[in-house]
Amino acid sequence: MFDDASVGRTAAGTMDRGAKALGCEFLRRLWRNRLAVSGFGLLAVVLAAALLADVLSPHDPLTMIVRERMLAPGAQHLMGTDNFGRDIFSRVLHGARLSLGVGSGVMLFTVGVGVLFGLLSGYSPRLDGPIMRVMDAMMAFPAILFGIAIMAVLGPKTINVVIALSVVYAPRTVRIVRASVLAIRQLDYIEAVRAQAAGHLRILFRHILPNCLSPLVVQATFNFAYAVLAEASLSFVGAGAPPPTPSWGNILSEGRIYMQTASWITIFPGLAIAITVLGLNLAGDGLRDALDPRMRT
Amino acid sequence: MTVYVFRRLLGIFPVLILVALGSFLLVHLVPGDPAMVMLGNDATPQQIQALKTQMGLDRSLPEQFALWGRQVLRGNLGESFFLGRPVTQSLIERLPATLQLALLSLVFSLLIGIPAGILAAVRQNTKWDQLIMITAMGGISIPSFWLGLFLILVFSVQLGWLPSGGYAPLWDDFWGGLRILVLPSISLGFMQAALIARMTRSSMLEVLRQDYVRTAKAKGLDWWRVTLKHALKNAMIPVITTIGTAFGVLLGGAVIVEIVFTYPGLGRLVVLAVQRRDYPLVQGALLLASVIYVLVNLAVDLLYGVFDPRIKYE
Repeated sequence: MFDDASVGRTAAGTMDRGAKALGCEFLRRLWRNRLAVSGFGLLAVVLAAALLADVLSPHDPLTMIVRERMLAPGAQHLMGTDNFGRDIFSRVLHGARLSLGVGSGVMLFTVGVGVLFGLLSGYSPRLDGPIMRVMDAMMAFPAILFGIAIMAVLGPKTINVVIALSVVYAPRTVRIVRASVLAIRQLDYIEAVRAQAAGHLRILFRHILPNCLSPLVVQATFNFAYAVLAEASLSFVGAGAPPPTPSWGNILSEGRIYMQTASWITIFPGLAIAITVLGLNLAGDGLRDALDPRMRT
Repeated sequence: MTVYVFRRLLGIFPVLILVALGSFLLVHLVPGDPAMVMLGNDATPQQIQALKTQMGLDRSLPEQFALWGRQVLRGNLGESFFLGRPVTQSLIERLPATLQLALLSLVFSLLIGIPAGILAAVRQNTKWDQLIMITAMGGISIPSFWLGLFLILVFSVQLGWLPSGGYAPLWDDFWGGLRILVLPSISLGFMQAALIARMTRSSMLEVLRQDYVRTAKAKGLDWWRVTLKHALKNAMIPVITTIGTAFGVLLGGAVIVEIVFTYPGLGRLVVLAVQRRDYPLVQGALLLASVIYVLVNLAVDLLYGVFDPRIKYE
């Protein structure tokens, strides 16, 4: 005869194996998706550039050399120099650090807020109305305009960019988590857990949250992409990280007036933004396809 | 229908009140004394006190909100510091320029996005599908201001076909205004066109797999009749939802594109206001844009029934 503990261990073992099999299946599907793999490849390149910026930069990104102003791309300056004689390649590499830093900060903050308020809103009918009305109101503010307004209030600092963009993009994540919770809380297994007198916190964090992770992971990737674009936009209009911080938006903004004579100042940071966002979007699409149960064969 | 419209109108009031509260609180989130921040370090205590009294900052927060709310309902959004004139007047002067840019960008994104999405869906897994989806993926990854700079470089500087800036109201000089708006609308609308194409494709693919579409094909109907009449109409619901969101994005994105094209809309005004710490102007622009967004989404909600008769407003 089996005792309860051995049955529990067997069930846990079976679940572990099931989870591992699902994990392997997920990775297999992700690996088979060439676009997703390209996306992760692009992200790996940008991440490496950001992490190794100090090592890879041939020049100091802030050093101005007047006699080397507006040099076209060449052997000494791979991406040319700007109107202050600063090396664009070094500035773009250091800009990757700022963009990825802001993007990951916004992603973590929006996921935290999204999980907290999304779980509360989806689980508690009493809190659902007030939380969602506030989210509706926040979503009514046009994103970039809202970001600019918050930056105007907080002042131009990199940490404030993270705060402003997190406030702007958190409501979408709250909505997505809430939608998942609303669907999951009606399922039979939640009813069964409740019948076992499980507490609300246990139900929320042990049984509901893990099943919300798929849409959350995908949304987090897209939030990262939105944040990279929005950070560049804010810096471009002078409401982001303050100059001379090498942010992609700042470099673009400074090079804008030299577009006709020194187009490389705007081409390379723009390409860096596009490659990063493309990588994130491809990775996000790939994750969504790999995590979508309907795609399973 | 009337009951539904009335109910929806009632439903937007809490959102509008919260939007107003958010705009109001924005100025009060300024670290330190908002009056001192607005006037700068050189301001005398008398000037600071005068501004506090003018803005009602010496009262309690609920009192200030009630006072400000009453003024807003009368159309008074306060006084702009750097323009030295009422905020409402300044915003109303600039609003038509931004609205015509946002609307034209929306038209551009619909004209490109919907046909491209349909083509990609009906030619699924062909070169057409791949080409459209790769372009769309590029479209959602390229920053609008970067695209705008390149459009200026190619079409204004190199080819000299289109102006790189300026403004002419469409109702005064339609063709002249349209020429000016072509490049800003493309750079602003390209990303939305890409999103709409992706949404249309996925929605069309869902619908094209439905039994009634197969039945229509089996009856021997032309493919365009099946696609455009039977499938497209039902595939439009998620696309319409995207349009409502797209308008908000375009309204906000116009801020950036207006800078690139030196276009005298709300966006440039807001950026100037931010640089000069003109909080009433920033606050007013934010409130105005949000109210427009809420109203556009209300209109979009009401449009659902036109495209999908299954949606009953009762």
